[in-house]
Amino acid sequence: MEFWIELIVSGLLIVGAIFVFVGSLGLAKLPDFYTRLHGPTKATTLGMSCLLVASMVLVTYQQGYLSLHELLIGLFLIITAPVTAHMLAKTGMHHELDILEKTENKALAERAKDRMAP
Amino acid sequence: MLSTAILVATTLVCISLSLNLWRLFLGPSRPDRILALDTMYINSIALILLFGVAAGTRLYFEAALLIAMLGFVSTAAMCKYILRGDLIE
Repeated sequence: MEFWIELIVSGLLIVGAIFVFVGSLGLAKLPDFYTRLHGPTKATTLGMSCLLVASMVLVTYQQGYLSLHELLIGLFLIITAPVTAHMLAKTGMHHELDILEKTENKALAERAKDRMAP
Repeated sequence: MLSTAILVATTLVCISLSLNLWRLFLGPSRPDRILALDTMYINSIALILLFGVAAGTRLYFEAALLIAMLGFVSTAAMCKYILRGDLIE
């Protein structure tokens, strides 16, 4: 295998795994449900995209033709992650979970709770 | 170099999976547990993908795609159930 392809794939794998780890660390350590929602929905999606691009480069080099299967998974994850985050935030508001003390504009949560989903 | 990178990435993803499992047990409320399960789906996709890269086969991408779809559908169904008390109104 050529050196630069190995370099690209290894770098993307390490960066993606670090982002996935940071997302899960945020899920485990942050103090509040609404702050915990940030980690998995942003960092983990970015990390998964890096891992999928690494896999795509490697398979394209090994098979000799352009492989787009991984792009399908990445696109699906990027589309569904915000939808999941929105539904989970609505669920948290519905349960009236504790909001962190220093959150700004806490009064808006009351109004957003009663609003129907589009 | 590639095998070392795969080893490091797999270790990080496994640590992330155990952190998610910790949140799943600890989670004080139900939305926390749903969020932990959703993250576990995504991290298991990462693990399957890394295994496919290590084994040098494309056989596992279909499994990863299937897990992605089922994970989204089940998370949406659980959120809907908690919000409305019913899945199909």
